[in-house]
This record gives sequence, C-alpha cells and structure tokens, in this order.
Amino acid sequence: MHSKFFSNLVASQNFPFYVTGALFLILFGIGSVMFDSFFSLQVFLNLFIDNAPLIIVTVGITFTILSGFGGIDLSVGAVVSLSCMTLAVLMRDTSISPYVCMAIVLLIGIVVGLVNGLLITYFRLQPFIVTLGTMFLCRGFTAILSRDSVPISNDAYSELAFYSFEFGEYFLSLGSVIALSMVVIATLILRYTSFGRGVYAIGGNEQSARLMGLKTDSIRVRVYIISGFCAALGGICYSWIMLSGYTLHGLGMEMDAIASSVIGGTQLMGGVGFMPGTLLGVMIQGTILTIISFQGTLSAWWTKIVVGLLLCLFIVMQALVNSHKNKLMNQIAEGSVKADKK
Amino acid sequence: MASEKDDYILQMRHIDMFFPGVKALKDVTFNLKKGEIISLMGENGAGKSTLVKVLTGVYHKTNGEITFDGQKIEPTTPLASQEMGISTVYQEVNLCANLSVAENIYIGREPRGALGRIDWHTMQKNASDLLFRELGIDIDVTKELNFYPVAMQQMIAIARAIDTKCKVLILDEPTSSLSDKETERLFKIMRNLKSQGISIIFISHFLEQIYTICDRITVLRDGTYVGEYEIKNLPRIELVSKMMGKEVKEGEIESNVDKSIPRDNIFLETEHVTVPGKVKDLTMDIKSGEVVGFAGLLGSGRSEIAETLFGTLLKTSGNIYIHGTSVSVKTPMDMMKNRIAFCPEDRKVQGIIGDLSVRENIILAMQAKNGMFKHMPRSRQNKLADYYIDLLRIKVSDREQLIKNLSGGNQQKVIIARWLATEPNLLILDEPTRGIDVGTKSEIEALAVSLAKEKGMAVIFISGEMGEMVRTCSRVMVIRDHEKITELNGDEISTAHIMQAIAGDYHGKSC
Amino acid sequence: MENLVKKFTSSSLALPLVALVILLLFNAFFVNDFFKIEVMDNGNLYGRPIDILYRASSLIILALGMTFVIATGGIDISVGAVVAISSATCCVMLGGDISGVPHHPFFIAIIASLCVGVLAGIWNGTLVAKFKIQAMVATLILMTAGRGIAQLMTDGQIITVYYKPFAYIGGNIPGIALPTAMIIALLMICLVLFLDKKTSIGLMIQSVGINANAARYAGIKVTAVLFAVYIFSGFCAGTAGLIEGSLIRAADANNAGLNMEMDAILAVTLGGTLMVGGRYYIGGTIIGAITIQTLTTTMYAIGVSSDRLPAVKAVVILMIIVFQSEKFKEMYRNYKLKHQNNGGSKEASNA
Repeated sequence: MHSKFFSNLVASQNFPFYVTGALFLILFGIGSVMFDSFFSLQVFLNLFIDNAPLIIVTVGITFTILSGFGGIDLSVGAVVSLSCMTLAVLMRDTSISPYVCMAIVLLIGIVVGLVNGLLITYFRLQPFIVTLGTMFLCRGFTAILSRDSVPISNDAYSELAFYSFEFGEYFLSLGSVIALSMVVIATLILRYTSFGRGVYAIGGNEQSARLMGLKTDSIRVRVYIISGFCAALGGICYSWIMLSGYTLHGLGMEMDAIASSVIGGTQLMGGVGFMPGTLLGVMIQGTILTIISFQGTLSAWWTKIVVGLLLCLFIVMQALVNSHKNKLMNQIAEGSVKADKK
Repeated sequence: MASEKDDYILQMRHIDMFFPGVKALKDVTFNLKKGEIISLMGENGAGKSTLVKVLTGVYHKTNGEITFDGQKIEPTTPLASQEMGISTVYQEVNLCANLSVAENIYIGREPRGALGRIDWHTMQKNASDLLFRELGIDIDVTKELNFYPVAMQQMIAIARAIDTKCKVLILDEPTSSLSDKETERLFKIMRNLKSQGISIIFISHFLEQIYTICDRITVLRDGTYVGEYEIKNLPRIELVSKMMGKEVKEGEIESNVDKSIPRDNIFLETEHVTVPGKVKDLTMDIKSGEVVGFAGLLGSGRSEIAETLFGTLLKTSGNIYIHGTSVSVKTPMDMMKNRIAFCPEDRKVQGIIGDLSVRENIILAMQAKNGMFKHMPRSRQNKLADYYIDLLRIKVSDREQLIKNLSGGNQQKVIIARWLATEPNLLILDEPTRGIDVGTKSEIEALAVSLAKEKGMAVIFISGEMGEMVRTCSRVMVIRDHEKITELNGDEISTAHIMQAIAGDYHGKSC
Repeated sequence: MENLVKKFTSSSLALPLVALVILLLFNAFFVNDFFKIEVMDNGNLYGRPIDILYRASSLIILALGMTFVIATGGIDISVGAVVAISSATCCVMLGGDISGVPHHPFFIAIIASLCVGVLAGIWNGTLVAKFKIQAMVATLILMTAGRGIAQLMTDGQIITVYYKPFAYIGGNIPGIALPTAMIIALLMICLVLFLDKKTSIGLMIQSVGINANAARYAGIKVTAVLFAVYIFSGFCAGTAGLIEGSLIRAADANNAGLNMEMDAILAVTLGGTLMVGGRYYIGGTIIGAITIQTLTTTMYAIGVSSDRLPAVKAVVILMIIVFQSEKFKEMYRNYKLKHQNNGGSKEASNA
C-alpha cells in the first residue's frame, strides 16, 4: 500500500514540482541553520528582487522548451544585453521619454522573437542553430551601439528602478513584482487558453496536433515571440538593477534560464512542464548564490558547480521517472490483456 | 444514376495521380455508400494508401473528381477534409501522448467558461460521457494518454472522430497491434457506427477480418481499378487472384510443404529459460533443417521468446545450449557469433536504417559481426549486395538507392538479406509478412522453407496468420501467456488444431 | 562538364566551398597582400593564409569530434568548458614558476590534459549512452559546471606558465616551418580519415544516428558507439585545450574556449552534416571550420572589432542554414521549374 502510493506519486504529473519545492525548502533550511540572519522574510523576498530578470527570461524560455521540436531560445541573454544597451544609448543621445524607450525595447524583443519563430517554422530549421545565430546577431548589435559601458542617468528612469512596494519593514522592487505577475500570467495562459494547451500539444506530438486542427506553425511563432518579449522585459528589469548598458550584460543568462527551467521540472523534449516550478528553479539557484555570499569565503564559481550538480540530479531523476512511468503503463497494458482473457 | 447519387456518400471518379515520373493512380473509381463498411484491397504499391491520401488531402490528385455528400470537393489538407467529415484513424495513433484523454478528444474546440477560459470540468465530464455512451468505455479521462495501451488510444482516437461529426471514417490498419479480444471490441464499435449511418473504409491485411466485418470490397492493382464486389459474391480465392492479377489455384496458396521431421540434429536447446513477465519457464529444442512456428496471440510472448533467443531480452534463469554447449548471452552480438539471426517484428522501427543505402543495409549486420576494424572493401560490399539483390529478387533501381524509398516487401527482403549475409544456422523471422503484398508474402514463405530444406538452416517462423504457419512450418509451438503449451508436429498442423491449442482444447498427440 | 557542375552543386561540399571562395575573393580584392606567404628569419612560414589555418587548428580539431557526435544525433555543448579544464590542467601541472622550471615533466602534463578531456567524454558518454539522457541536456551539465571546475583548479587566478617548451604547442617547434597547431590538426584529420575510410565506425555511427533501435537489432553496440563518439569529442577538446592554453601561455578559466562549442557546431552544420544526425561529411566540416576562421580574420583585416564580429558571423550563419534547408531547396526547385516552363506547368508536388 505504501509503495503503491509512492509509485503513483512518482508517476504523477506534478512529481518534479514537489521535488523542486522540497529541494528549495531544504536549501533554504540549510542556509537558515548555517547563518543567523538568513531566515528572514526579506532574504526570501530578495530572491525575487535579485533574480527578477532571470525569472522573466526563464518564463519565456520555458515556453520555447515546452513547444518541443528541440525548442530552445539561446538568444535571450543577448536580447537582455541589447535591451540594456538600447535603453542606455537612447536615453543618453535622445530626449525620448523613458516609457517610449521601454516600448521600443519591447518591440525589439518581439521582432527578434518573430525572426526566430519564422525561420524555425517556415524553413523548418533547428531552433538551437537559429537562435544561436540571433544570439550572435544581438551581441554584435550591442557592440555596434557601444563597445563601452554606457551608464543610464535619466532621473525618471532611475525612479522606476528604485521604486519599491513596501509593507512594514519589508519591500519588493518593481522588477520583482513584474516578474511574479509574469509567472502568474504565464501559468494561466498555459492552463486556460487554447494557445497554452496548443503549446503542450505541439510539444507532445506536432503531427498529431496539426491533424487535430491546431495551427501549429502559428503557435510556434507566438511561442518565440513570447520568449523574445520576455527577454526584452527581463532586459528592462536588468537595466533597473545595473543602470547601465554593456556588451557583457546577461552573458550566459540563456544557460542559467535553461538550467532553472530544467530544475523546475520542464522536460527538454517538450510537452511537459509547470510554470511555477520554473520559478522555484530560479529561486533554488538564487538560494545557492545567497548561501555562498553569506558564507563569504567561498568563491562564486561554486555556484556553477552546485548548479551543475543539481542539473545532473534533476536530469537523471527525469530519466528514472520516465522509465518508471513506462513500466507502470506496461503493467496496465498487461493487466488489460489478462482481463481480456478472462 | 439519380438514385445512386442519393445512396452514395462518397464517389471518386477517374482519379489520376502523378508522382514525379510515376503514375501512381490511373483512372481509379471508388464508391462508398452511406452506412457501409468497405475494404480497400490490393497488394503493396497497388495504390490503396495513395488513394486514401488523395481523399484526405495529403496528396493532390492530378485529374478526376470527388463527390462527397452530394457536393464536389477538392481536399487540400488533412484538416480541411476532416472538417468536411472525413476522419482517419491511423495504426500509429495520432494523438498527443502527453495530454490528458479529455484534452485529446476536445483540443482545438474546448468548452469555454467565463472570460473565454477553458472549462476543464465540463470538458472532462463531456469526455467521459462520450466515451461511455458511444464506445462503452469507462476510464479516468484526466489521466495522460500514454497511461493507456495502444488499443485504448485507438478507441480514444475514434471517439474524437465521432465527436467531430465525421461521416466517413477511415481505419488504416487499426488491428495490426490489437489482440483478438480488442479487435472484437473494435468490430462491435464499427457495427454500431455503421448503424448510425457512418461509412467506414477499413484497411487491413487480415483477410479473415475483412470477411467478418466488411460489406463490400474495392480492389486495386498497379494503380488501376479492378472492380468492386459484394463480399458474399467474392470467395477469398477469387479476391486474391484479383489482387494479384492472375488465376491462383487453391493449391498454390495452401501449398503443401514437406512435413517430415528432419534428421535428429539439434541446433539449439533451451532449458527452463525465464524472463520475468515475458517468458515463463521455456524448454524446447530446434533442429537444423526444420521450420518451427511460434503460434500464439499478439502479446502471448511469441516475440519475446524470439528476442530472448537473440539476446535483445536477457533471461534471468535457465540455460540456452547451442550444439549441446551452454552459452551465455549478454548482447545480440553473442548470439550472432553463434550464428543466430533475427528479423524483428517492426520493420520500420527495428529493421531498416532508412537513410542508408540498400548496400549498407545489407552489409550492416555482417560488418557489425566482423567488428569495426575488419572493414569490408567497397568492391566486396558491392558484390555481396548485388548477390542478394539478385537472389531475393529485390526491386531496386540500384544498390545505392535509399532503403526508405523501397516498398515494404522489398524492405523486408533487404532485412532478410542482411541476415543471410551473416550465414546463420538459425534464422528467426518475426512477422516477416506483415503489411506485405500477397506476392512477396508467398515468396518469403517459400524462402523460409527452402532455406530449411535445401541449406539445412533452422528457421523460426512467427506469424499471426494461421494459414501461413500451416503452409510453412513443419513443427508449431503454441504459446499462451508467455508459456509454451504444446507442440504440433507434421500432419497435426492445421489451422483448426492451432486455434484449438491456443484456446486450450487441443494438447497434441505428443508433447 | 555540365554533369560535373551538377555533381558539384548537389554535393555537400558545394556550399562551404562556395562560401570560402567568395570570402577569399573578397580578401584578394580588398585586403592587401592577402595571399602573400613569407619565410621568416627563423625559418617559420608567415602570412595571412598560414595565419588562418593556424588559428583554425583548434576549431578544426573540436569540429572533427563534434561531427561524429552530431552524426549520432547528439550534440556536445560542453567542449568549450572542457577546453578550459584541459588548459587549466596543463598549466596547473606545469606551474606558474617565474624561473620556468615545471612542477611536473611536460609530457605528463600533456597526458594529464588529454586524460581530463577523455574523462569529460566518459562523463558525457555515461549520461547519454547509459542513462539515455538527451545529449544537449547531458552535456549542458558539464558546460555549466565545467568552467567552475576549471576555476577551482586555478583557484580563480590566471596562471601564467613561463616554461618555454609549453609555447611550442601554440607556436612553432624550433626548426619546423609549420606552426605546431597546424601539424596537430593535420594529424587529427589523418586519424579521422583513417577511421572513416579504413574502419566501419562511420557506418556504425550513421546507423545509430538514423535509427538507433534498428542498429541495435542489427547487432551494433549502440551504447559503445555513443560512448566512443563522446570520448573522442572529449579527447579532441583536450587537445584543443592544450593549443589554446599554449597560445596565451596561461590558464584563463573564464575565457579559454569561450563560445568554441558554438563555432564547432557551426562548422559542422556549415559542412553539410544535419543536426538531426545521420550522414556526416568530414571534408565539409574541415572546410566549414576554415571558412569560419577566414571570416573572422577577414573581419579583423577590414577593421571590424572582435566584439562586433558576432553580428557578421550571425548573418552568415543564418544565411547558410536557410540555404541548406529543405524548404529553400524546394523553393529554388519550384522557381527553376517555373522558369523552365515559363510559368506554364504546375509546381512540383512534393520533395
């Protein structure tokens, strides 16, 4: 009875989410035991504040991974960098309102996503290689705008950057609130709209999805547009933290985002994943960083190693869970054959 | 003529279809009445699947006209023809395995609640109602599709088709992976649909099933229309001759093999071989120069026994002896070294390497056996490939043609050539004739017999078609529930006896 | 003649070769003395073409390993990180003594670096072949953790090696005219061509890439083949790591081999090998790698800075993959058909 409960738990769709949640609690617990001031609401809230850009970017990249066909968007880090640089240069050289600047940046993100999506769907190209191309393109453009770091000194913009929602002695930044709303919106889209279910469907079996009447190409293009939009939005949040544009901003962020998504339970084959899980994925990475910064003597590269280990753990777990599911299915199939015979 | 029009839901007239350089369909006619089950028959390459694909909009016809429900139509995409009411359920179920059963039925047209959001509750309720009402299935529709076996997935696909108000349902080889019980259930559903006025095009290679369920048969040959017949006016033997284009005498199909038991030269023995859940305590022997059949229902474990002998499944207990010496099996290579060859059941998935040439596919197993450092020179590869292309009469433009571009029968011959090239002492043929035209089928049957009789090879022949077993095997082992129940020898072998043995009523003269 | 042209345009080498020729022509017109090769005082060869081949060496080596991996339907995105680990290993073994005295003998340091590469390959191979994890995911682990490991080894410092012979790998061995890196690359090419022509490993790799299941039923040890390609890729990355480390005579865990996995994958695709696996083209890969390096060198020559280079590279990548796509070929065929028939006849039905 006990083992059956466990076996069903492992086979349930939400199992990776539970594991991610438990892991987060354990890590946060470890931090709290190790350091006195660790266990506080603000340290917890800081996870959102510090990782707001990554959360938003991860939301976008999760859409692309869910959509299958080797879906991935490597250009997100470069789009973040391009967004910061565009904002910085526009505000330095023109007198356009910061709000218009942000709209322009979001538009750039959408265009990059559209280009990715069209190349991938129309020419049936591998997302990996296409987005690798647009990644190089965006990095190059960033450097063309300026090779040096450009500070952002627009007052109105800085006000946005420092805007915070205070409740009692605790606060959340504007960026983190946007990030959390993005997670909520994305979760609702994936669960309650035809488009959202379509993303899962094409991730599961594109040919079937097409035969069932879904406009698969249109869904896939929209997925990449969302990813581009999220990357640009993440870039805006990033600029609120950095208040500058620089060619090396967001370097390797695509890999952090993919790692978060996988740790959050998204399967890279597509079709399986749960958006709140990816939020936890980012927070786990954030918690590790926080522990290392509290510790003080450990170097930052430990983060990479620990994240690598966690990735390994989750990937192996996914493989094991899938084989367990197959076993369960075979049992059921066998059971039905037996039942037939009787 | 006028009355005919009311009667027919679908008429395809003078259909021509060109592929670059080839005329795939020539002036083909196809008529389907309301509420009938029709079978489209023909050898491989006769144009059955091309015709179906023209109808469903996958291919576009060059000439001709299609009238559906009283209107002329031009199917452009599968989706468009689906919306008109022509649905297809394929052998490989075309649903999304990662979504729930309910979603698979309703995706793209989900019931909506407030704010246009998907109403999950209603969707799930509708789905389980539909499944129960139409098909008599009571399952948890919130579970993912891949939680259920293929047979169930097919039912779900049918449920989706019914719910999209289809008028013509095309079932493309739906029964090839179903057990008899499941097939029966499918037939019941088909009869039920028929009574509701839905017309069904049923494609299958099992003559038996066609005579059980269909009302009429349309026969195609070489891309041309041969005729349409009431099933009761067309004896099997005539159907076969119409498909093959020549008069076939009863004897030719039911050709009698030399059923004498060969000299006592045991090649392989097994002793209490067990694979948990797959093979139960198997003890048997196979002699050189005989064709042994494994008879049993799908899922009975007949393929699993073959896989155990080849080393793709590993036994946990028991012994396998070859020429009296015990051998240990870890990989297929161990068995290949012992001169055992295995043509697996699923040609597409387990057999062909699609993007490699016929030559490479033929030498593959031999090369694997020799090891990668004993590379065969190209000239020898060519010679070997040509030899087998000639020997087995494989129809190719040249040996460098990609195997994926061959017809099913020729692909099967290439796989057999691959294994003959390793010069085996035991050749295991698992469903070698599934989905293959009648002509190639009898060639392969004859080959199995001649390999045993003339070359002294031991051959294991596995097939779901009893007639085929009767024609080829000199000994039949009957498998049920992963267990060998009995053996039939020589003259005992007949369709009736095998059936009885499977059902458990016949225990043979000797065991 | 016409046949020859047809044969060439349909061959997999056509695209990378044409790209390379265009680049070279561009250089011939716009860059002074592009094709001039001089013999230096110390007997070394010098000139842009040599420079390109020299700098392309480590990329060629990586791309060779990557070709086999991609042919099995996999991908190895950890090679850049492995390059960093390998060069860190060698530098740490040699030590950063200003006196130039190595801590360990040079050949042991070299062997250790190569072993580290092989070890990385074993790790990737285990995940992909044994645990059946998607290649990109499996190698993502080492890609993420690899630079961390390299930094751990060098303690976050940049270790500069003063031991003279170390520079020979990235430079010239005294008395030999060709740069050592080129010689290493040539040796690797010979090794790969030998494997391709004289053994059946190519057939096995392609079979696994096209239909792993059927390959298993044909007696091919799929696990072993997968293992082998990842180990070979790791070995290639180890070798490239030595060259990269020797070039700057230091271990820079952050920047050694940065983005090299991307360039290697690019070289392979440019060479005509499809990302989904199956047929591979060694010649295409080599020319692809040289084309990428030529592009880089050309851009430098006409004054495009290194950080702007990606934009140019990106345009080239995107153009090439579009040209290679089935859809584009189909569009081209239709266009040609229409042209031939003056738009009279119908379009070609399917590919």
